[in-house]
Amino acid sequence: MRRTIEDRIALSLIWGGASLTIIFLVWMLWHILANGLSYVDWTFISANYSVTDKENSGIWPMIVSTIYMVILSIAIAAPIGIMTALFLTEYAKPGSKVVKVIRFCTESLAGIPSIIYGLFGMTFFVVTLGLGFSILSGALTLTILILPVIIRTTEEALIAVPLAYREGSYGLGASKIYTIWRVILPSAMPGIITSVILSTGRVIGESAPVFLTAGMVARIPDSVLDSGRTLTVHLYKLTTELYTVHDWNQAYATATVLIVLVLAINLVTKLIGRRLNKATY
Amino acid sequence: MNKFDVKDLNLYYGENHALKGINLPIPERKVTALIGPSGCGKSTLLRTLNRMNDLIENVKITGNVSLDGDDIYQERNVGGLRMKVGMVFQKPNPFPMSIYENVAYGLRAQGIRDKKIIDEAVENALRGAALWDEVSDRLDGHAFGLSGGQQQRLCIARAIAIQPEVILMDEPTSALDPIATHKIEELMEELRKDYTIVIVTHSMNQAKRISDKTAVFWMGELVEHGETAQIFNSPQDERTKGYVNGDFG
Repeated sequence: MRRTIEDRIALSLIWGGASLTIIFLVWMLWHILANGLSYVDWTFISANYSVTDKENSGIWPMIVSTIYMVILSIAIAAPIGIMTALFLTEYAKPGSKVVKVIRFCTESLAGIPSIIYGLFGMTFFVVTLGLGFSILSGALTLTILILPVIIRTTEEALIAVPLAYREGSYGLGASKIYTIWRVILPSAMPGIITSVILSTGRVIGESAPVFLTAGMVARIPDSVLDSGRTLTVHLYKLTTELYTVHDWNQAYATATVLIVLVLAINLVTKLIGRRLNKATY
Repeated sequence: MNKFDVKDLNLYYGENHALKGINLPIPERKVTALIGPSGCGKSTLLRTLNRMNDLIENVKITGNVSLDGDDIYQERNVGGLRMKVGMVFQKPNPFPMSIYENVAYGLRAQGIRDKKIIDEAVENALRGAALWDEVSDRLDGHAFGLSGGQQQRLCIARAIAIQPEVILMDEPTSALDPIATHKIEELMEELRKDYTIVIVTHSMNQAKRISDKTAVFWMGELVEHGETAQIFNSPQDERTKGYVNGDFG
């Protein structure tokens, strides 16, 4: 008797928790899409931002800045992260001091609030290195932010490569670098791509470290040394400055674009992961 | 003529003394079988012959192993040694790539780029491994699409593509069904004409069927070695007698 009651309580708690999560998710998505979708049109996506001409104002510069930011930070972080992970799994002695120190660093880095990265980026990249408020400063800051994620997930993907592949390759007289290049990296590729795409989501999602380093100038950046405003920063700016109802609507429309972008990235991750998995099996 | 000469070989995994003072000549172009109960050191010895134990941490080796008279542990070029001494593993381990690329792998690893040379070597190796007729129409197909026995023959093709002198086989049929096992054994009949073969096996019948020489291991020691017929028909050592009669092991 007591058993069945306990079971029922546990079951209802589990169901309650699960449904609450789903309700909030659906509610939030519905809330944003309902308020924002009707303001998303071609003009909104393709036009320049304008404070005065509200009707023809758009977010094209922010989309461009976001794309710059993603490409640049991934282009810097991915090679460094993958090479670090290769060093940790393939070259360093397992359990050695170097490995422990690097692992401690990446784990600590992963736990630091992102605005602190922003503060560091502002003092170091913007001021000390003299890069100014620029896409490059922002991308370098975000590089440090996403490195731990890339290193960690790539490491796990590399460790998961069966020992039998390595033995097979070394058994044929292949060198270490050849083995890594031809067998280990290709086998770990699905995991590595997942980590890169997750990091892309992170880059798109961050706001504080970005406006502290890349600034908020709302036009298409001339070069990576120019300031730019990403979509997330734009959203932040709109909601903190709320002068008119129009700003409010634009904020929701921007949020809609962001959500669609993030959902699309998630979808692409899954598709690529599945395709690559099929290729290896 | 001896291909390998193992002299006073000791091997330690950390504290564990896994091979104790092994002395074993391995004749050229013969099949030598290493048998004994699990954990007796036969696979460990096999892996000293192409220095696969180098991949494991904390392995210490004393004594020497020579190939054609040269101590392989003095050799700097381990890759070169492994090109001469190929290996086939217990579980078929083709690479996750096409059948063609699997066989071409060792050649490409040596820097060979000429498509003609590679094409020819791939065909010869697949013929040599008695796999050509089954896969010639789907060389670009993925290796994982083959059956377990075909995968193991692919691994043999991969090993002979780079024309080694020796092939080490670590229980090559233990993951295969009897028909696939039979095919591999038939193949070994062919391979013994051109290669020196050293095979670790759990099956005494297999050792009897395919080997010329047999070496019996017991807890890290080499108990007895000699002609296969002599080992099975008139073993000198009590432990060998017990093992080959199936009293234990």
